[in-house]
Amino acid sequence: MAKIKFIEANGKQHEVEAEEGQSVMQAATNNLVPGIVAECGGFASCATCHGYVDEAWLTKLPPPDAAEEGMIACAFHVQPNSRLTCQLKMTPALDGLVVRLPVSQTEE
Amino acid sequence: MEERIVIVGAGQAGGELAAGLRKQGYKGRVLLLGDEAHPPYQRPPLSKGFLQGKVALTDLYLKPLASYERFDIELKPGTRVEAIDRATKEVSLGDGSRLAYDKLVLATGGRARPLSVPGLAGARPENLFSLRSIADVEAMRGRFIPGNRLVIIGGGYVGLEVAAVAVQLGLRVTLLEAAPRLLCRVTGPEVSAFIEKLHRERGVELRLSCEVRSMELDEARRQVREVGFACQGVQERLEADLVLVGIGLIPNTELASAAGLAVDNGIVVDEYACTADPDILAIGDCANQPSAYTGGRIRLESVPNAIEHARVAAATLMGKREPSAAIPWFWSDQYGLKLQMVGLSTGHEQCVTRGSVEGKEFSAFYLKDRRVIAADVIGRPAEFMAAKRLVSSRVQVDAARLGDAAVPLASLAA
Repeated sequence: MAKIKFIEANGKQHEVEAEEGQSVMQAATNNLVPGIVAECGGFASCATCHGYVDEAWLTKLPPPDAAEEGMIACAFHVQPNSRLTCQLKMTPALDGLVVRLPVSQTEE
Repeated sequence: MEERIVIVGAGQAGGELAAGLRKQGYKGRVLLLGDEAHPPYQRPPLSKGFLQGKVALTDLYLKPLASYERFDIELKPGTRVEAIDRATKEVSLGDGSRLAYDKLVLATGGRARPLSVPGLAGARPENLFSLRSIADVEAMRGRFIPGNRLVIIGGGYVGLEVAAVAVQLGLRVTLLEAAPRLLCRVTGPEVSAFIEKLHRERGVELRLSCEVRSMELDEARRQVREVGFACQGVQERLEADLVLVGIGLIPNTELASAAGLAVDNGIVVDEYACTADPDILAIGDCANQPSAYTGGRIRLESVPNAIEHARVAAATLMGKREPSAAIPWFWSDQYGLKLQMVGLSTGHEQCVTRGSVEGKEFSAFYLKDRRVIAADVIGRPAEFMAAKRLVSSRVQVDAARLGDAAVPLASLAA
């Protein structure tokens, strides 16, 4: 079990537990974290599980593949630390991960 | 007494609404009734990864059972609602019991449209399938054996996605489509031609303008042996080990119409997901709603619509009014190629492509009055959001610049 802290755009924090191997997106939806829409269910097809990974954690993650990069280009409110949370798998090294959420997943 | 919201249908829309109510702080009881044995699950992978055996059953579940318990969502699988009594505000269930509601939400989805041909009347052959549920795929899978002859009736998403999986697993696949081209209800001729080539290259036999006329069953009437059809006037027969019918969906509106609610290609609701009965809402595939995008009414069969419509209903139930302004969009995945579609191309006057059709990376834009009303984006996901913006902004565009891949799409949306 590892902890993830989601911070909504309005500052509200949600600390949730995730199992190893689970995606960061799934941990959010299992725990009803607002701000993760996850329309396509984790197949990198919709960019509605977009989150900003805190700088300290960015280097601990494998870089995005072409599919993820293509979809991040599709997302709203993109920043340099934008990732698709459906593509981030939890490992013990990610215990304490902090992910901030955009103002909206579906509009500008 | 604590207020009670009863949601009929534990699909994507129903599940999303139950979760959405809790996310918004709803304090009353939330009951989520589903007639299947499963908690809410994703349907898109059914015809793709799940059929292929690459996605596990529990990975289809949108949330584990524990999440419903933790957030006090009373999930009742295996529960069929038989009738709505609007006078007493109760629903009656399959086991004869009754359940009271303060607000009722119909998220009943739809069922696969059955094929009606001579020879089939009264029979339920074991090798004839439709694909809508986990149970459908589980029943089909045992026959997905290399060399088996699969006849698919219907060249829409379900038929094409299953064809892709089946040829990759080594089945011999023939797909019969009634229209002169594939995906004809949702896309333009250019993209139909591309999809057709994609499947033919992989070994799918395609018969277009093809009308299924009969099915021949074995003596025990338990197996389909042959499918009879007429293809551009020529009668043919095809031996089959299994047959899949993917000819669309019938919305489940019977509960609503028996309760006296308006039904017209779906349960009629207003922009806040409300029926004419102030205590009954309807969402998702089964609902016919006003559309800001078309200016008319629309019934959409898609996951993004189910999620968006659940959001609208949750707001309504929380005493807010937040109509949807969402533009319809869809996605598909065939042979690992991503197809993303936004808007509805019906009535377009011109189709402009950008990128390389041969290279399997292109976008097709559908224009009407020089405005982009819809787009199909194939293998170019980075272009999808710009395409969405073009569709939502309704700005007039220059077709030559739209077709020139050197011109950034974003600069056209201004």
